[in-house]
Amino acid sequence: MRRARVPAAIGILAALGLLLFLLPLAGLIVRAPWSQTLAELTDPTTTTALGLSIFCSLSATAIALVLGVPLAMILARTRGTLRNILRALTTLPMVLPPVVGGVALLLAFGRRGLVGSLLYQWSGIQIPFTTAAAVMAETFVAMPFLVIAVEAGLRSLDQRYEEAARSLGAGYWRVFTRVTLPLLRPAIFSGAVLCWARALGEFGATITFAGNFPGRTQTVPIAVYLALETKPEAAITLSLILLVVSIAILVGLRDRWLGV
Amino acid sequence: MAASMLAACGGTSGACALQTSCGVGPVRTTLTVFAAASLQPAFDKIGAQLLTTNNVATTFSYAGTQTLATQLTQGAPADVFASADVAHMTTVQSAGLLHSQSVLFAHNRLEIAVARGNPKHVHSLADLARSGLVVVLADPSVPAGKYAAQALKAAGVTVHPASLEQQVTGVLSKVALGEADAGIVYHSDIVTSGKVDGVVIPDNQNVIADYPIAVLKSAQNQTGALAFVDFVVSTDGQSILRAAGFQGV
Repeated sequence: MRRARVPAAIGILAALGLLLFLLPLAGLIVRAPWSQTLAELTDPTTTTALGLSIFCSLSATAIALVLGVPLAMILARTRGTLRNILRALTTLPMVLPPVVGGVALLLAFGRRGLVGSLLYQWSGIQIPFTTAAAVMAETFVAMPFLVIAVEAGLRSLDQRYEEAARSLGAGYWRVFTRVTLPLLRPAIFSGAVLCWARALGEFGATITFAGNFPGRTQTVPIAVYLALETKPEAAITLSLILLVVSIAILVGLRDRWLGV
Repeated sequence: MAASMLAACGGTSGACALQTSCGVGPVRTTLTVFAAASLQPAFDKIGAQLLTTNNVATTFSYAGTQTLATQLTQGAPADVFASADVAHMTTVQSAGLLHSQSVLFAHNRLEIAVARGNPKHVHSLADLARSGLVVVLADPSVPAGKYAAQALKAAGVTVHPASLEQQVTGVLSKVALGEADAGIVYHSDIVTSGKVDGVVIPDNQNVIADYPIAVLKSAQNQTGALAFVDFVVSTDGQSILRAAGFQGV
């Protein structure tokens, strides 16, 4: 069968769309100070920011796994209006501007926030300006990606496997760990990777809620933003690192999705 | 269509179609001003004033001076640049972006911002080194951060800040929100904020910030830009700046 020809107009628009993605990447690569890249890579500002970013994004992903998988189970296995509202609330951080998320976090967990004020009065602990705040901001923004992926995985799961296991006498936790989780592994994996990537790139909520201090809350995106004004070469080098990481994630996920 | 209307406006006022664009005084023009974040309260008033007297509608882009200077050197279109230090104005000038020499139009002093009533009893720069006190400063790349570092050095004080903000207004808001106990900002920030108290820094430790302003070479509206700069240095402009806590020139 002959394939229908795509009109030229659609091809042109598609090419323009592609250029919008590709030109900025080309700009980064062409303008990169390759001769200085190694020096920038070993610069303490860069390594500190990179180390902090890896720590914060992995912590955020771990928290998202512990809290997000149960949340996805509740959302996937219940019905009704309340569930729909919960589901909308869960996905809210995906559409909320991150800076707004940061302000909201301040108003909840800041020293004068809803919960933060009690915490401060009782224990003297202040969350903003700490690495914990950066992890919280990243978790807030990134967890929905994991929840959505795991929920979709649970919905497409053939529940007869779990029923069969149950009918053979397995208890809830045994079914969960031996049947449900292994079946969910691809969904959890791709959800966790997306969540981690989003956490790694987080800027707005982090700088608003956690502030900016090298080694404590200055993650790579914040370092890029700051460096652009003082040391553009460092900003470009850091951007390249994030670009390489993003491409690696995409390639990895593609294999996962194609089942290779 | 718009051009013919403007041409009509330039002539006799009877030909005017739109009251707003040419009912009184000169034709309304638009102006883009890049100004240091600390200038916002004063410049908003100046913009409003200029709209009534010269019919110039001003759009302001307020940010840390270093952010604005970077944007300008990267080719951002603007008519006027008002900087919170001479260094960044020089950067923009060296890039060949100025239409004419910049002029100093205001000075500002540093002050310590604390919560209303000063509950943590901060009375000097030395108090900022106290352990347990959450201090926020502007990043050293921001003029206010650079000045703060100079003042702390003059006072012989080492501070461990909780955060280094991208603009001085970030420091102010962290103190106003109660997340920080103290921060070093400009006197003008405290005068116009109304949400924080100020602790005076003595002259021998204080740093005087100089604010230069200039018309940019790329200005689309050079007449409006010159009018804006003229107004800022005029008696009226200076009294608005003084009311906002700046020192005139």
